[in-house]
Amino acid sequence: MSVVQDTGAASVPAAGRGQLWAMLGALVLAAVTYPLAEGTVPSFAAMFGLILAATAGVMGQRGLPLAGALVIAGAGLLLAAASLVGDAAPPASGSFWLAMIATWLGAWMYVAWLADLTPRANALKRVQGLATPAIFGATLLWLWQVGVTAGNVPRVILPAPSVIGERIARSADILWIDFVQTFVKGALSGFAIGVAAALLVAVLVDRSQFLKRGLLPVGSFVAALPIVGTAPIMVMWFGFDWPSKAAVVVAMVFFPMLVNSVQGLSAAGAMQRDLMHTWSASYWQSLFKLRLPAAMPFIFNGLKICSTLALIGAIVAEFFGSPTRGMGFRISTEVGRLQLDMVWAEITVAAIAGSAFYGVWAALERRVTFWHPSQRGR
Amino acid sequence: MSEQPVIEARGLDLTFETNDGPVQALRDINLSVAKGDFVSFIGPSGCGKTTFLRVVADLEQPTAGTITVNGMTPEAARKARAYGYVFQAAGLYPWRTIGGNIRLPLEIMGYSRDEQRRRVAEVLDLVELTGFEKKFPWQLSGGMQQRASIARALAFDADILLMDEPFGALDEIVRDRLNEELLRLWAATSKTIGFVTHSIPEAVYLSTRIVVMSPRPGRITDVIESPLPRERPLEIRDTKEFIEVAHRVREGLREGMSDAV
Amino acid sequence: MRRSAIPVLTVVAVIFSLWYIACVPMNGQWTRDQAQRAGEELSFPTLVADTMSQDRPRLPAPHQVAVELWNSTVVEEATGRRGLWNTGSLSNRSLIYHGWVTLSATLLGFAFGTGMGILLAIGIVHNRAMDQSVMPWAIASQTIPILAIAPMIIVVFNAVGITGIIPKAIISAYLSFFPVVVGMVKGLRAPEVMQLDLMKTYSATRAEVFAKLRWPSSMPYLFASLKVGIAASIVGAIVGELPTGAVAGLGARLLSGSYYGQTIQIWSALFAAAILAASLVGLIGLIQRITLKRMGMAQ
Repeated sequence: MSVVQDTGAASVPAAGRGQLWAMLGALVLAAVTYPLAEGTVPSFAAMFGLILAATAGVMGQRGLPLAGALVIAGAGLLLAAASLVGDAAPPASGSFWLAMIATWLGAWMYVAWLADLTPRANALKRVQGLATPAIFGATLLWLWQVGVTAGNVPRVILPAPSVIGERIARSADILWIDFVQTFVKGALSGFAIGVAAALLVAVLVDRSQFLKRGLLPVGSFVAALPIVGTAPIMVMWFGFDWPSKAAVVVAMVFFPMLVNSVQGLSAAGAMQRDLMHTWSASYWQSLFKLRLPAAMPFIFNGLKICSTLALIGAIVAEFFGSPTRGMGFRISTEVGRLQLDMVWAEITVAAIAGSAFYGVWAALERRVTFWHPSQRGR
Repeated sequence: MSEQPVIEARGLDLTFETNDGPVQALRDINLSVAKGDFVSFIGPSGCGKTTFLRVVADLEQPTAGTITVNGMTPEAARKARAYGYVFQAAGLYPWRTIGGNIRLPLEIMGYSRDEQRRRVAEVLDLVELTGFEKKFPWQLSGGMQQRASIARALAFDADILLMDEPFGALDEIVRDRLNEELLRLWAATSKTIGFVTHSIPEAVYLSTRIVVMSPRPGRITDVIESPLPRERPLEIRDTKEFIEVAHRVREGLREGMSDAV
Repeated sequence: MRRSAIPVLTVVAVIFSLWYIACVPMNGQWTRDQAQRAGEELSFPTLVADTMSQDRPRLPAPHQVAVELWNSTVVEEATGRRGLWNTGSLSNRSLIYHGWVTLSATLLGFAFGTGMGILLAIGIVHNRAMDQSVMPWAIASQTIPILAIAPMIIVVFNAVGITGIIPKAIISAYLSFFPVVVGMVKGLRAPEVMQLDLMKTYSATRAEVFAKLRWPSSMPYLFASLKVGIAASIVGAIVGELPTGAVAGLGARLLSGSYYGQTIQIWSALFAAAILAASLVGLIGLIQRITLKRMGMAQ
């Protein structure tokens, strides 16, 4: 690798030179045997793409400008990958599998190559930080797509990504109804109630050393218990519709949030509390000007933990009974009907909703606790 | 009026109850500080110098004896906002700008917005931090942070400034400069200053009176009136008077050590 | 430790008394309806007594749950027709049996997930490409409600003929995997630059740096993520028992309890799960204390 950086033992070049040549060899070999066996247009295109990528990779070592080498190798790999997707049909020949493995190896080398670069400019660094995992993720998705179609995996076991994507587009209305039922009504309302209650209790508890010492261990104990298990009870108490889901979420969210908030409220240093004392600050003044701001890193940590718990609680609670809508309901019934593409569609929505909800809190955290050492480093 | 001491302690005792039994942090402290004095408290760790300052600030309660600040109890004096307190660490709030930190006590004490702005600008100028108002504490050097924390203590009209090893964590070069600035501030504001330190040159250079303390139990072994003039350039530290005072302080410290059992 | 014993006991006592008090309004309606139907006059003490001794209360009283826990464990195994005493094998009506079903899946999955997690963390710390490509996904995956795929895993494995403990263990493994990866990456990176530089001056190999510096420094992080992981594993095993139609395991007890309105059964299964989780977390905490103490890292 031409741009190997030396950062001590923590990181090493992803592949040594000999390894690199061995992989390139395998790549070219596969590219040659594949069209010989198949003789189709996609097979020639794939071969062309792989050879292009390999050449660009080698030339990158031999003084071809880096940006050019990266673009050409990327384009070659993309061509090979796309051709293989087009050509993937059961029964797949041995040479097809070889080409697939070669492409995958090439993509991994490409990712390793990207990861080893040490761009100077911050903007480029950010691009690298996004592109590397994105390409890696795309590679996995591609493996899934090609592997499932070429290997003729039955839909009831694992549908291909394209099938899932199609399903999402086709059933957008149902997915939206389920999303509103589970996320907006169940998870969000439960999250809001649970978090607000925990914050309120934390502020009250904070006034008493005795209560704090009693509640903290109990709270952290309860936070480690499988609270989702209360779902059947909540369904019995609050009915099938979303209030029971919100109640499960409240129960799940309350204690982790309480523990974090109570710890946060005592995070302000003794010296700063002494200062407040010398200024004769009132309880509320020291709460709003010192202890709440100092607690923010802890509070946001709690919010982030709870944001993932909320969606889990709302979905799992629906396994115990729900009206005929909701993500958990849809997952359990469609699994029963072996409509796995719909299940995967719901899971995709859940994943996007979950990480977006988490992302909102993480972004807010960066704005509010910009002063905290953990945020300043970035 | 000018006859009334600003700080007056009579027979002050303070005993902490610890797991290893009671520890006498202060025993029979008698001291009176006049208005405009610069009093340093010096002694090895555990001699009670910080504890005494905290008693003055109503951060600790004495177990026996009396203490008055401006003729009142420390608590009444605290509520009357009689003093500003500066700790060893700057203790600035990281989520507030330098200006916001200095404004904090003013907000708590209910000054109007215009008044807040005026005073912040004034004390920033006093500690030579004008232009840094919008910076956050972590963007400043340690010395600048400590200057900001002094500005915070000066922002409201307290006539006493209590400083607990304010420059202890800084390197000597920065410390010298801040010492000079502190003298300039003291001259400009005519405040009474209580200053805890473990550096002999610092104590001699700054103070009009030096209180030498020794540990186990914490007590006063000597009070030295400085013969140095109020106007003190840095070079004064090479004069004979300065070295004599420093010598007396060192003697006092050594005596305190030898008769501790 | 001793200082917080009294506050903790107080808080627990308050929780239990609130629980008892809540039983009266929660179950009172049913009692009043019964009395009205029978045309009886209801005194307050009888009302209270009745709310705490119903067969299917909306909220069982603590002692009812305790009695049910006792009956469905010790009593069932000792005297039950299908109990351990009479048949030599665990009764399928006892919580010990169901608890063991859940526990075995949890432990198998946890061991597998933790092992894989540690391996991946080692890879991530030593390989820049893995760090840059895999780590963002490992972090992102923690924000995804992974538990939602539990029913699918069970059914898919059923479809290919794999049933029983393996599918549940896979869910458990999956849930404990990511906390361990993220925690261990942090832990293996915990050594400071100075300590790493020192190893460099000894010209230590990477294996030596790992064995003598990175691995020991990661222990506090390992135990912290093990605690999170085992708690997640139990939840995974319980949820994994839901779609199989309530055959065995604590999750199955929860589900069948909710089918038949057996509230006391639900609560006792819930408490069995809580006890199981608490003892596993406690066990890891104990190992943590002993290990860190022997390594001189105890606080």
